[in-house]
Amino acid sequence: MNLCLVEHLDGVATDASLQAFTLAAGLGGETHALVIGPGGAEVAATIPAAVVYVAEHDALDAFAPDAWAAILCAMPSRTGVTAIVAPGSARATDAMARAAVRLGEPLAANCISATPGNPLLLTRIRWGGSLLEEARLHTDCALLTVVPHTLPAVAPGSPGAVERFTPELADADLVVRVRERVAPPAGGVSLTDAKVVVTGGRGVGSAEGFVVVEELAGLLGGAVGCSRAVTMSGWRPHTDQVGQTGNKIAPEIYIACGVSGATQHIAGAKGAKRILAVNTDPEAPIMSVADYAVVGDLHEVLPAISAELRRRRG
Amino acid sequence: MKALVCVKRVPMTGGRIVLTDDEQAIETKHLGFAISPHEECGVEEAVRLVEAHGGESVVLTLGPPDAEEQLRDAMAIGADRGIHLVTDGEEWDPEATAGAIVAAVIADETASGPFDLILFGNESADSGGFQTGLRVAYALGRPCATGLKAVAVGDGSFRCEQEEGGGRNVYELPLPAVVTVLEGLNLPRYPSVPGRMRAGRKPLEASTPERPASRLERARLVVPAGESKQAEILGHGADAASAVVDLLEQIGVTS
Amino acid sequence: MSTFPASARAVVIGCGIVGNSLVHHLTRLGWTDVVQIDKGPLPNPGGSTGHASNFIFPVDHSKEMTQLTLESQRQYIEMGLNTECGGIEVARTEERMEEFRRRMASAKSWGVDSARLVTPAEIKEFVPYIDESILLGGFYCPTVSVVDSLRAGTIMREKGIDSGGLQVFANTDVSGMDVEHGQIKRVRTSRGTIEAEVVVIACGVWTPLLAAMAGAHIPLTPAVHQMIDVGPVPRFETSSSAIEFPIVRDMDVFMYERQDGVGLEIGSYAHRSILHDPEEIPSVEEAALSPTEFPFTQADFGPQMEHALELMPEIVGDESVGVKYAINGLISLTPDGMPILGETPEVKGLWSAAAVWVKEGPGVGKSVAEWMVLGESHIDLHTSDASRFHDHQKTRAHTKARAFEAFPKTYGIVHPAEQWSSERGLRISPMYAQEKALGAAFYEAVGWERPQWYEANAPLVEHYGVETREGEWDARWWSPIINAEHLAMREHAGIFDLSAFAIFDVQGAGALDALQHAVMAQMDVPVGRVVYTPVLGQGGGFKSDLTIMRLGDDLFRVVTGGAHGMADRKLFTDALPDDGAASLVDVTTAWTTIGVWGPRSRDILSSVTSDEVSHEGFPFGRCRTIEIGSQLVLASRISYVGDLGWELYVPIEQGRRLWDVLWEAGQPHSLTACGIGVYGTTGRLEKAYRAYGAELETEYNVVEAGMQRPKVKEQDFVGKEAHLRHREEDPAAILCTLTVDDHTSSAGVKRYPLGREPITLRDGTPLTDAKGRRSYVTSAGAGPSLGKYILMAYLPPEHAVEGSGVLAVEYMDERYPVTVAVAGATAPFDPENERIRS
Repeated sequence: MNLCLVEHLDGVATDASLQAFTLAAGLGGETHALVIGPGGAEVAATIPAAVVYVAEHDALDAFAPDAWAAILCAMPSRTGVTAIVAPGSARATDAMARAAVRLGEPLAANCISATPGNPLLLTRIRWGGSLLEEARLHTDCALLTVVPHTLPAVAPGSPGAVERFTPELADADLVVRVRERVAPPAGGVSLTDAKVVVTGGRGVGSAEGFVVVEELAGLLGGAVGCSRAVTMSGWRPHTDQVGQTGNKIAPEIYIACGVSGATQHIAGAKGAKRILAVNTDPEAPIMSVADYAVVGDLHEVLPAISAELRRRRG
Repeated sequence: MKALVCVKRVPMTGGRIVLTDDEQAIETKHLGFAISPHEECGVEEAVRLVEAHGGESVVLTLGPPDAEEQLRDAMAIGADRGIHLVTDGEEWDPEATAGAIVAAVIADETASGPFDLILFGNESADSGGFQTGLRVAYALGRPCATGLKAVAVGDGSFRCEQEEGGGRNVYELPLPAVVTVLEGLNLPRYPSVPGRMRAGRKPLEASTPERPASRLERARLVVPAGESKQAEILGHGADAASAVVDLLEQIGVTS
Repeated sequence: MSTFPASARAVVIGCGIVGNSLVHHLTRLGWTDVVQIDKGPLPNPGGSTGHASNFIFPVDHSKEMTQLTLESQRQYIEMGLNTECGGIEVARTEERMEEFRRRMASAKSWGVDSARLVTPAEIKEFVPYIDESILLGGFYCPTVSVVDSLRAGTIMREKGIDSGGLQVFANTDVSGMDVEHGQIKRVRTSRGTIEAEVVVIACGVWTPLLAAMAGAHIPLTPAVHQMIDVGPVPRFETSSSAIEFPIVRDMDVFMYERQDGVGLEIGSYAHRSILHDPEEIPSVEEAALSPTEFPFTQADFGPQMEHALELMPEIVGDESVGVKYAINGLISLTPDGMPILGETPEVKGLWSAAAVWVKEGPGVGKSVAEWMVLGESHIDLHTSDASRFHDHQKTRAHTKARAFEAFPKTYGIVHPAEQWSSERGLRISPMYAQEKALGAAFYEAVGWERPQWYEANAPLVEHYGVETREGEWDARWWSPIINAEHLAMREHAGIFDLSAFAIFDVQGAGALDALQHAVMAQMDVPVGRVVYTPVLGQGGGFKSDLTIMRLGDDLFRVVTGGAHGMADRKLFTDALPDDGAASLVDVTTAWTTIGVWGPRSRDILSSVTSDEVSHEGFPFGRCRTIEIGSQLVLASRISYVGDLGWELYVPIEQGRRLWDVLWEAGQPHSLTACGIGVYGTTGRLEKAYRAYGAELETEYNVVEAGMQRPKVKEQDFVGKEAHLRHREEDPAAILCTLTVDDHTSSAGVKRYPLGREPITLRDGTPLTDAKGRRSYVTSAGAGPSLGKYILMAYLPPEHAVEGSGVLAVEYMDERYPVTVAVAGATAPFDPENERIRS
């Protein structure tokens, strides 16, 4: 029997959770689900698990990773699961790692496939996805997290049963707890949500050079991104960085300008539906991952695109 | 403030990763090595905290003899001393790594007093296990917040921030604590030449822990078959603007 | 990108500074079907050009290198990519100051007149962030510049493309080259196969791999040069250009420091020699930075940081100035430190343009293009000639050993006669044991161990009253025994080991015609004659000089110096007819040569042979086989030391026996073993014999060298047209023999110039001839029998006046008066050649 941790936001199970569910279901046997926190009951109704457990506790209105870990650790004795699967989000990964320590088990983070058996055969990513590791996990209770956006999400459906319970939480489980939530700044589009991301690389040449990138992103209602080389040069804040150690983006179109296309950068742009590269070098590595390309200096190409957009809008 | 920062030596990969013939590791003969990026920010932060509040910053690594380079790099930007857990170059899994670090921390604290703060990277650039810091925190019985993009020492507590969904989650931890940090926490400084020269003279303590067997057993590494596309050239220079806008309209992102 | 062509006249592999300037000049000179490829992307394909420090210090002790550099700088200026910032080489030691004084001579000889010596206070004015208290002075050159080599490359490629004669393909990997009948045929690439008449490898550190694909050897090795960039430097933040302060070369610690925008770049040649194999270089995709930017090895840079801190504490000691970039950059090193240019000797049509730095790149591109299109280059490239290497020099082991030894001397003070310590004992003459027993001081000549003098002759120094040299530099790699051996030879007789000669037999029905065309002298001479002849280029300048023995109607034996032997072998191989009517066999290692010269040499020879060796019976300029004991010996009556005697050739395994026989027979005649110091310098200079590479170069013609004969042979030969023209013109310079009037320096020390110093008026004004060439010392050395110190130099006609006492030689920043002893080829010693013809 397998258990999948399902995260939810605004009353809806996250895509990453439903993708993780797919991996859990593939391990064979019954798949159960765990939903934590307020609103869990509504979410539970949409998860096609044999049983959905909903953990409810007053202290769970704010994220407390040790509390989540405590709940996860209670599940094997409650359900007899042999694998706990979670999405590879920051929260779930954090909670799963804590659970692994408490249970005395290893954690296999960022899996993309798992083949049942003992040992369990896993494929997990390294280097932000630039490299895969095939591994054997020797344990009676496997703890896995799943890389978002690599597996299909399970279709919503009705659970066989929903079981609500109140976990026992110690004070120590609530020491680390979100004390305050600072809302996203109003206006502006976040990189991770933007439908269009216009990114500048080393080829932009300077902090001032980003004017043309900002202009185009603004016209398209998109967000500005940058490569690590740009952040390290101090031209843009790290919050703009796309890549393995920056933001992972998933726009409709990703416009990469003056970006060479190092593996660490591409690791952050894998979720983009389409990539348009603007580069002086028609043979730059970015060209082998781009769908479309304009060969030319971004300082000429971007203003021309912006001008054309304005012209068509009258 | 006494801060320990734990760093990992990782290769600086290029455009394409090449594996060793036995598929157990990255071929590094052409590559340089660096401190894993998140931890680089950890070092900078530890140095800044000590600069601001006084105390001592210590850098620790578990890695091959050459990982001394990374300890010296950290000392070049201001870490006061180094602890090197020397390995034979084989990869250590997170449980084993945490175990060795915990032993080293206990030994060091016994001799030199407790650390107020231990910093880790949220995950290493190479193996990406997302757990070593937490394992050390649990073993030492200290609270731990992960994935931090901002930290500040307050009155007897430690305020730290995580980015999530465009906004920020704020935690307050009692000290001593363990934190794992992300790149972007700060912009690490470059070492100065005097810094580099001092680094060579700073104390470094080395020991050789034993590696236990791993329950997450690596079978082999695989370079994913990249889908090599032939990009459709929309045009050259400014003349391509019209074709680009056509494409944007077709996708429906212009309105 | 256009379709990859199936054929081209020329394929140039490499889009670094060399390939880019080469394609520009090829198309400028009229080639219309040139294809340039590189495996990397443009504009920076990832070779050494991409990480070059891009500065130009024009003055080098090598004339060829200085000319290539000045020509390059001219081109960079023309493209608007030359930023003149000036440069100062600074000295921390008195030894280095002496080197700078020597550098002043090279500057003046090669026409860089703006160079001057500066005091520490002046250095401080130029470079306010330097600690001048640790310096003794500097060598300042205001024309030192920084260039944009990547941009220059792009401009030159674009010029080629605009001419319609060039197509460029980046990201094109070469997988193989096909050679048929010794001729390059095609290049196989990732874009397809291309047929080509000519293929040029301009691939920097990758060059050996490409050459191997065609079965050729281009011996260079990738080596590490460390560079770091620190910044931001507060003082530079207000700079209006990328470089406002002169570049500093801290010569004694083998480092340089230059402003680069707000940063300071610190480069080093001070670390251990770090050599790599070309196979180790990663691909563009695999490399973290570029393929030729290897990870920095901090441990090798430790002492350098301290040295940089000493010199520039204000910047380097600033805690806010960080090390922003650090690499182990790859550069190309060759066995002798010079580039490798020209057609490879192994494969016709396969050319090399490699081991070239940014400072000489465009000059090399132009020169090689001229060589390819016009048949020869304006600048004499003989010290860079790709065909110069002997077999052992083509090996990787030798290349690496010599590069390993040479790297620490990159900024070193290298004596012109300095000997290598690695890779010795590679070629041993049959007389080696005897020579060793005589205390030979062995110098190396293309692998051969050759006695320069013999310690056993030390007593002769006192006997002849030879003076020693007081100046340490003048006396370094020299011995007064050389002069003593010389005097002994002139008085009695000397025996010489000449095993280093390169010897080729040109034979077959077409041999005579081939040689007639290749050389200037009449070769249709009776069998048994020995002919000394210049070999000319198309422009009438010198390509070589050597002797040829006619041993039969269809058999000629060419004898030339070892140093230039391999280039000569290519020259004669190229001269062979296509129909196979003549062939060349390299018999260098089949024969050894022993020379016996001096007034007693006939007495010695006649005591061991019953064959006729009288003047009448065996006249000068003849060769014939004689019997010496049980050996058949080819005797040739010529001399490079100006005395009666013979070159004696025997199969190499018999050389030792012949030496023993002659040595024993010579004892009653006071036969002295003489080293190459006598053969190559003192004996030669007293006779005003010219040497290739010293007096004889492409830049000078036969008339200027005073070597024209009364008549020009009827048959056509290479350079004839130009030679006929030169005979009609007044020469712009005349090769003269000068003697030094007074050797005493201002410090009261007798000094002896060693060659390449400027000849000036007594007030220091340099002499420039009508063709713009400076007068400089082509050869220098003692004339012991003359009792004078001899210099040879080309002088403008108005100064080529015998007895003229208005000139001086400038040595170590002081001038010494000289007198023109002879204008022209007449020997200052025994001008009537009575000794040779006795």
